[in-house]
Amino acid sequence: MLKINDLHASVEDKEILKGINLSVNAGEVHAIMGPNGSGKSTLASVIAGKEEFEVTKGSVVLNGEDLEDDSPEDRAHKGVFLSFQYPVEIPGVSVTNFMKTAINESRKARGQEDMPAKEMLKLIRDKSEMLEIDRKFLSRSLNQGFSGGEKKRNEIFQMAMLEPKLAILDETDSGLDIDALRIVANGVNKLKSKDNAVILITHYQRLLEYIVPDFVHVLHNGKIVKSGGKELALELEAKGYDWIKNEAVV
Amino acid sequence: MDLKDKLVSSFIAFENNVDVEHSVHDVRIEAMKNFEVKGFPSKKEEAWKYTSLNSIQKIDFSIFPKQENTLEYKDVKKYFIHDIDTYKIVFVDGVYSSHLSETTHDGVDICLMSSALTKPMYKQVVDVYFNKVASKDESLTTLNTAFSREGAYIYIPKGKMPKKPVEIVHFATGTEASLMLQPRNLIVVEENAELQVIERHQSLTSNEVLTNCVTEIFAAKSANVDYYKIQNDSATASLIDNTYIDQKSKSFVNVHTFSFGGKLTRNNLNFFQNGEYMDSTMKGITILGEKQHVDHHTLVHHIEPNCESHQDYKGIYGDSSTGVFNGKIIVDKLAQKTNAFQQNNNILISDKASINTKPQLEIFADDVKCSHGCTIGQLDEDAMFYLQSRGIPEKEARALLMYAFANNVLESVRIPELKARINKLIAKKLGVNLGFDL
Repeated sequence: MLKINDLHASVEDKEILKGINLSVNAGEVHAIMGPNGSGKSTLASVIAGKEEFEVTKGSVVLNGEDLEDDSPEDRAHKGVFLSFQYPVEIPGVSVTNFMKTAINESRKARGQEDMPAKEMLKLIRDKSEMLEIDRKFLSRSLNQGFSGGEKKRNEIFQMAMLEPKLAILDETDSGLDIDALRIVANGVNKLKSKDNAVILITHYQRLLEYIVPDFVHVLHNGKIVKSGGKELALELEAKGYDWIKNEAVV
Repeated sequence: MDLKDKLVSSFIAFENNVDVEHSVHDVRIEAMKNFEVKGFPSKKEEAWKYTSLNSIQKIDFSIFPKQENTLEYKDVKKYFIHDIDTYKIVFVDGVYSSHLSETTHDGVDICLMSSALTKPMYKQVVDVYFNKVASKDESLTTLNTAFSREGAYIYIPKGKMPKKPVEIVHFATGTEASLMLQPRNLIVVEENAELQVIERHQSLTSNEVLTNCVTEIFAAKSANVDYYKIQNDSATASLIDNTYIDQKSKSFVNVHTFSFGGKLTRNNLNFFQNGEYMDSTMKGITILGEKQHVDHHTLVHHIEPNCESHQDYKGIYGDSSTGVFNGKIIVDKLAQKTNAFQQNNNILISDKASINTKPQLEIFADDVKCSHGCTIGQLDEDAMFYLQSRGIPEKEARALLMYAFANNVLESVRIPELKARINKLIAKKLGVNLGFDL
């Protein structure tokens, strides 16, 4: 599904990604771990098409299509979803209206009619129930005054609504208490299927107890320095990142 | 003949058509003298530094329309908040239109200035209030005072509240090649009384129109007044709006100004707080394009202690449009415990658009809270990325963010149908269908 080949990316002439290679197939869950500043969030943003980052070399290929010239909205229409580490507050636009706009714009881009209002309401009801989101919450302004946990839960709600092929969850576990983490993880697990893929970006192993990855990659200094199965995450938890850093130098 | 000379000489003709024996006429004569000395303001004056009236003065305006014109309601319905019932005071080319209007004398007076200035039954109110808060030396105000004859007259007695909001609408139909209008409104809201007004000036042609309007509002103790100005006029219509508000203790007055169009718009909004524990609110949304120009000049004069004022103006400027915000707050020595807030945020969406924003604080009391902030910026790139990453295209994302930027000004609009209308106007101005009912 996703193939990243020797990806280099810079911001303001500073190279952050220094040759990433990653292959994600449908039905897989990949975790990308690594110390602060290793380039995890940059990788997520580059896949989603943030223009601030300049791809200087390499490619991001989704289902055989190079995404190089695609705007963030084009990528969304092709099935890429990024759950933000810091979701932006948009006053005056309710969660419901925002979702209606996002869904219908995606449908428009795919040559489909607007989703009928009744169907939309049912979808909103089903997905909000799955994530144990209070109905009142949906009429509030998007992310405005939301707690850290509410923001993250709202991101996963958006993911559930948009049903992406490739979901990248950037530090979705940060700021969540244990109950919220369980709800969010349950949501992601229910959305998983043999047709889609998930990339979890996380600093800690905690989330991986709830969403079990097929592969774990360690990112350090803009490169994937180690890949392995789910047991790699436990090893990182026990030993910290220093041994990886040291290994990388050798 | 330039416009000033034309106006001065027209005054003699004007006097043939008004009651020169009425006490109001002494006020007019005094005002005319002042205008003769001062003339139109020039860019040399600080208050007019960024707004030039030069080109307007070169136009040969008709001071009195020669022909009367009529309009059918179905043709102008869209300019009213037609989904609710309202009282209406409507003028066509400066002349009262009885068949478009719905006035009342049922417990409150919602009628005409021409009646108030001539009929004995109104004389007592007119003597107490007419030209009492309007400036006696600002030249455009004195010009209006000199020619004051027609406009809206609203009197809400103690404890009363009209059954529905009042719309004051001025249409210009273009029967003259260029027309100057000078409406004069007097609004008195007595103790514990309430009033909601929606005001609009609308030109229906591409002929030039210049409106120099003066509105005096008196809010007595514990009165509550909401005033909404909709400025979405044609590219050949200019408006100089002079609004003066006298507030007494515990009153609330909110003025919202929605400036979405017109060739040149100057809003002089002046609040005088004559009492304690009151609240004055000024909010505005400005969305301009083409070569439109809007100049917001606000003044809040805190005279007595324990009062608040809130100002929040948002501006979005595109194409070659220009904007001015000048917010003056005066806190007298007596006015301790004043809370005065002022905020002016602007987004420039074109390299050719510009905004001049200036807070002007004159504080003579020592125990006060005054805050002010002006920002001029572009749209937040992180927010753009967020919306786009959800599949919302760039243009719609931009519109959504601009809508969000202006939106909090709408929270205090207390007429839901008006709020919905303004929302639609915003979406239209931003040139997008946001995919949901705002």
